[in-house]
Parts: sequence; C-alpha cells; structure tokens
Amino acid sequence: MFSFELLLDAVVLGLLLGCFYAAVSIGLSVSFGLLDVPHVAHPAFLVLASYGTYFLSEYGIDPIIAGLLLTPVFFVLGLGMYRLYYETFEKRGSDAGVRGIAFFFGIAFIIEVAIILLFGVDQRSVQAPYIGKSIDILSLRIPLRLVVAFIVALLLTLILTLYLSRTFTGRTIRAVAQDADALRLMGANPIATKQWAFGIATGVLGIAGALLIIVQPVEPTLDRAYIGRTFCVVVMAGLGSMSGTLLAGLILGVAESIVLTLYGASWAPAISFAMLLAVLAVRPQGLFGR
Amino acid sequence: MRGNGFWLAAAAFISAAYGLTVFATNDYVFFAGYIILQFMVLATAWNILGGYAGYVNFGTNAFFGLGVYTAVFMAKAFGAPLLLQILVAGLVGAVLGFAVGLLTLRMHGIFFSIATIAMSIIIETFIINWKFVGGASGVQLLRPPPTAPFDSYIRMLFVIAAVMVVLAVAVARYVQNSWIGRGLRAVRDDEIAAECTGVPTLQLKLLACSISGFFLCAMGAPAAMYLQYADPASAFNLNYSVSALAMSLIGGTAHWIGPLLGALLLASTQQLLTVTISSEVNVLVLGLMLVLFVVGAPDGLIGLYRRFFKPKSSDPSGGSSAP
Amino acid sequence: MSHPVLHVDQVTKRFGGFTAVDNVSLTLRPGERFGLIGPNGSGKTTLINCISGALRSTEGRVTFDGHDVSTLPAYKRTRRGIARSFQIPRPFKSMTVLENLLVAIDFAAVGHGLNARQQESEVTAILDKMGLGSKTHVLSSQLSQVELRKMELARAVASRPKLLISDEAMAGLSSSEIDEVLDLLIALNKDGITIIMIEHIMHAVMRFSDRVLCMEAGRVIAEGAPKDVMANPRVQEAYLGV
Repeated sequence: MFSFELLLDAVVLGLLLGCFYAAVSIGLSVSFGLLDVPHVAHPAFLVLASYGTYFLSEYGIDPIIAGLLLTPVFFVLGLGMYRLYYETFEKRGSDAGVRGIAFFFGIAFIIEVAIILLFGVDQRSVQAPYIGKSIDILSLRIPLRLVVAFIVALLLTLILTLYLSRTFTGRTIRAVAQDADALRLMGANPIATKQWAFGIATGVLGIAGALLIIVQPVEPTLDRAYIGRTFCVVVMAGLGSMSGTLLAGLILGVAESIVLTLYGASWAPAISFAMLLAVLAVRPQGLFGR
Repeated sequence: MRGNGFWLAAAAFISAAYGLTVFATNDYVFFAGYIILQFMVLATAWNILGGYAGYVNFGTNAFFGLGVYTAVFMAKAFGAPLLLQILVAGLVGAVLGFAVGLLTLRMHGIFFSIATIAMSIIIETFIINWKFVGGASGVQLLRPPPTAPFDSYIRMLFVIAAVMVVLAVAVARYVQNSWIGRGLRAVRDDEIAAECTGVPTLQLKLLACSISGFFLCAMGAPAAMYLQYADPASAFNLNYSVSALAMSLIGGTAHWIGPLLGALLLASTQQLLTVTISSEVNVLVLGLMLVLFVVGAPDGLIGLYRRFFKPKSSDPSGGSSAP
Repeated sequence: MSHPVLHVDQVTKRFGGFTAVDNVSLTLRPGERFGLIGPNGSGKTTLINCISGALRSTEGRVTFDGHDVSTLPAYKRTRRGIARSFQIPRPFKSMTVLENLLVAIDFAAVGHGLNARQQESEVTAILDKMGLGSKTHVLSSQLSQVELRKMELARAVASRPKLLISDEAMAGLSSSEIDEVLDLLIALNKDGITIIMIEHIMHAVMRFSDRVLCMEAGRVIAEGAPKDVMANPRVQEAYLGV
C-alpha cells in the first residue's frame, strides 16, 4: 500500500510547495520577524493580492505580470498601514499589546468581507499557459504551475535575502530590528526605516498573491489557513532569518505533502498549526534562530 | 460595591426573560434574543482572560465548537438532558482552558494568540475526522420536548441563556473585584514584577483560563439544540473569536459591564443587519467597529463614558483617565 | 552571632554555553547593608535574579532565613521575605500608586489578616515615609523617574520583606535625588530590613555599605570593607580596564 515512489512523489511536490510557502511568508518574516509588528492580517493581504491578480487577469494580463503590477500598489498600502499602526500604537508607548493584535485581527476581517462583497464567496482561479499542464521527470508527474511558482518563489526569496544583507538600506533595516536607538544615534530615522521595511514586506505580497492563485484556487476566507502556514514558517525559521524562512518553508511543504499522501486531505490543514504549536512550545526561538 | 443592587438587577433580568416567554406571542424575539444573550456570555467569559489578564485568546471558536460537539456527543451517545450537556461542556471547557493556561508558561502576546488559533484548527480537524459526530458534513439533531414550565423549546433555551448571562457576569464581577482581579491586572501590566511582588502568576492565569473556558464552552452546548444541527465549519467559525474579542474591546475591558454593553450593542446591531441587509455586512461592521474603537477609543465605551461624564476622576478603583 | 538571613552557596548560572554567574557564595547577617558592585555584564543582576527567584540557579543553593529556597518560584520567595526593585522600573502601569502597593499587601503579605481599611492605612504610612503621600491616587504611569524609583521601593516594602534587593535604584537620578533615595534605604535598614544594594554610583555605595562584594565576569573578585575592596588592585583593574 505504501510505496517508495509515492513517498518520493510527495517529497518532490513538498519541496516545490515549500518554496512557495517560503515566498508567501517572507513578507511576514520582515514585518513580524524583524519589526515585531503582530501582523495577523498578513495572510489577508496575501489573499487580497490574489484577488487583485484575478481581477487583472480578467483583462488578459498574465498572473505573474499582474503580481508585478500589484507590487507597487501593495508597497504604498504597506507604507500607509505602518503609518497608521505607528501613530496609533508605537508612538503612544509600549501598550500596543492586546489592542495591536486586535487591530490587525480587525483589519483581516475587513479585508475578508470586502472581498466577499466585491467578488462573492465562490472560488476564483486564473488562466495561464502554464496552469493545468504538467511535466514528466523520470517517473514523476509534476504540475507545471508548481514549477513556475517554485522558480518565482525562489527568485523572490533570493532577491529579498540579498537586499537585506547586501544593500545599505537592507542592512539599516536589519539594524533597526536589533536596536532602534543605536540607529538613531547614527543619524538614521528608525521610523522611516521601519515604514520602508513594512512597505517592502507588504509589496512582496503582490507577487506572493499571484503565486497563491497560480498554485490553488482562492476563496475569501483562505487567509485563515495561511495564518498557520505563514506564522509556522516564520516562527520555525527563527524570527527575521531569511535563509531560515526558506528552510522552514521547505520543511512545512514536505511535511504537509507527506501527510496529505498518507492520511488524506482532511488532516492537512492541521499540520502547519500543529508544527507551529510544537515549535512554540519546545523551541520558541525557532530552529534556525539568530 | 452595591452587592444587593447587582443581585436585584440579576433577579429582575431573569424574571423579565421568563415573563417574556409567558407573554410574547412571536417566537422570533427568542431566536434573536438568544443570540444576543449568547454573545453576552461569550464576551464576558473572553474578557476574564483577555481583558483582566491581557492574554488575547483567538480560540473562542475552539471552546464554543467543543461545547457544541460535547452536547452532540452526549445527546447521541447517552441521550443526556440539556442541563447535563451544558455542565459537562463547561467542565470540558475548563480542562481545555487549563491546557491553554499552560501555554502561557512559554508564550506571551501574539505568540499566545497564534497558538490559540492553532489549537482551534487542530481541534476542528479532529472533529472533522470523527465519524460518530457526523464528520465534515455535520449532524442533524432532534429536539426533545421542552421541560415544564416551558411549552416551547426555543423559549426554554432563551431563559437558560439568560441564566447563563447572570452566572457568567456574577463570576466575572467577583473575579474583577476580588484579589484575583488585582493579581490578574498585575499580570497584565507586568508579569515579572507581579511574580516578584508575590503574585502566583501561573496559578492565577490557570484559574482565569479555566473560568473563561468553562463559560465559553458551556455556551456552545445549547447552540446545538438551538440550531438543531451541528457541523464543524459553523461550530468552529472564527466569527465567534472576533466577536467575543471585538465586543469586549468595544465595550471596554476594565470592567465587567464593558463586554456586556459591547455584546448588547453589537449583537443587536448584527441581528438587525443580518435580517435587513446581509450577514457579510454585519461581519464588516464588526471589523470596522473593532478597528475604529481600538484606534480611536482604546478604553472602549467605558473609557468614553469616563472621559465625558467624569472629567476629573481620581477614583482609586477606576481605570485610566489620562488627560 | 545570629544565624545568617541569606546564604548563597556556590551558585552558578549558565545560559547555554555562557556562564553568567560562576560559583558565587555570600552570607548576609540580619540587618546588614551590603553593596554589590562590578562592571556592566559582570553578573550582578543575574545573581540577584537567582536570589529573588526570577531565575533558577543551574548549580548551588540559596538559603533564606534558614530554609532552602533554591527551587521555590519567585512569588513564594517574596512571600518568605525577599523583595526587590528593578533596574528599569516595572510599575503596574494601569494602577494608581496605592493599588501598586495593595498588590504587594494582598499577595506577598498574605496571612497578615488585614481588612481593607487597615491595608489602606498601612499603604498610606509607607507612602508618607517614602515621601509619596501626595501621589497616592496618581496613576503610576504618570510618575517622574525618581517617584517611580521610590514607588518600586515602597512596593517592595509593602510586602514586609526581611531582605530588600535594590537594583540600581539610583540610576539616572540627580545628585540630590540620589541622596533622597539613599536616606530612604538607610531609614528602611534602621527598621531592621537587610539590604543588598547594587549600584554604579560609588560614593553612594561607599556611604551606604557595611560590606561590599565586587564581581567580574561572573566571579567574586573581592569582598570586605568598602575601603579595602576599592583599594584592591583587581577591582581597580576591572573598573578602569587597565
């Protein structure tokens, strides 16, 4: 009943999926991991970007191009979000606690309902030449859409990692995460830096949202499943670790894929949440933490 | 505080609820009223942990859903009467609450909140895969005849919910005004300082989680018979979590009256909106109100009241009145 | 000689591979004024965390008032009579000064069987003594730095401690404020409370302490009369970095 081939199949699919998970989580790795913003609405923005992609694709625009077009829009959206969050919570002192979390929870719900009101509750998907086809490698049959998502996700993760480690702004962002006061002494503006970083974290969701709707059909409440996946990846990675995000994404992807193969789809949604709970309980600093 | 006044009001409240079941002619008022009372209990119970101790539980739906399914299981397996279903659901909730309380040993803030979402999804997944209670597609339930003195089941449920409101509020009020409440506030403000000031933080958190869990879960039990149907997607609906949280924050978390007011206001508005416009719009209103209040009136309706009607409050039992 | 109020016996605290406190022992007599000094990162705060129970020592024993408290959680140690203030003040922000102290009375001084009126009068007495009487009903989040420091000490005192650990209660204060806090600590000591003072402000330590212990890199490098410790070449080296 259980074959080595089936397992290999699951592992390969899991690796492709895992890279995609890393791509949808990497924004959160910046906003929550580096900036300490309790961004529960991250997956809601992700799904919003998927619907944006869907909307543009109705005009015949390729989903990936649509994702790229959405990126600047989401970047600006992110700038605005951070400003609001900063003015409301961080500026008034450390008491964001309960209200900061509630704030993003509320935002997530508003986005969900806005999507329902605009697009309805039905599933939506996009058309593209690479969706629906598959390629055969050795004995494995791999959906082409996963391969496309894999490549774009890998590029996205790589570019963001390089940006944060090699460019001046990127390093400033990392510095602000460690010690905002020291940064202020060096003449940089920590608030502007954080706002910029939050913008980038939200901007990459443009492409991530396009990948999501390429990988699977979306519905307005899909963000709930991705709360588990994205937070699982970011926490497992160790807050703010970009290379860790990729590794954690791969681990989650393979785990989900194997459980899906062995036990069926009804158990799959719980995997990311169970792993998240386990990591939080046993090793809260993450597997690859700083 | 004016202890007698509270109990008189409580007695009047239950009498009024019962009186309504005797005199009202239209059953609709009980269908709508039950939901409002249900959210009063959920918000009040949520606030014992979230408001007093500052731990944001996103898993209200896990407790509620587990309550629904405890009732389903008890009804299917033993044909247990409703009150027993509620009591057992409450105990199950207290145990789950205790487990959630143990999470607070290692998790704070957003980590705790995410962990409670995780817990709710995991529990839901187990229920989905549990064939005896209907799995993913749910299960139909038959109402037994109502118990005397009631002649209609929905009217009986309405009075039961009213009694639960009184119990939940009485407990929340006791917690708030006793040393437990002061200790929980210390935990919320600064857990390390609390511990070093002699507050047994873990024990208090476990207590708050268990009490909160008891009522969240107990309130799930009659929902099964209210709907005469149970399925995982609606029993574990995340709307319960956002509602309990939003109602508490909008009312104000510092005082037991806050969640009660918040629930009354929001649940009534929702009942109106659901009937007149659509259930999506009511979730939208909930989300918008939550964000607006969190941004603009951080201490909720209680805070607004204090700001406008008691301008110079230096009342030692009161909360903040920042200039 | 009466039995010691606190006996720290070869306590070691490790974080992963890093040893923050390395085999430290010390003994305090009742009523003693004890100064704990050392450069930043020398393990002073970790040591008092191990004494107050905020951390549990990796090795060694802490005996307080004749009982081994090494495995007790912090709140139980506070109830037995170990109180402390924090390097960075940690008030209960949503509470008034009065309520801050009531937490200590409710929880740390349990069993003293006071009714609400007696509790309040005890708090008022403590606050008056600390010069905070006029702030009784003020929210703790609205206090100035020196008032916060005093409130932390008052909160500690409200738990009726036998041993009070003051962790840099004078950091960031003006010189007249330093004298105020110093006088308070000396007055508390006169009431019979044993005090450990961690401080960087040397003249305060010198004026206050009967005995001083200096740590560096987790170890004790000198212990004795204040003058002798300050004259110790290793202490001077640690402080001046020669």
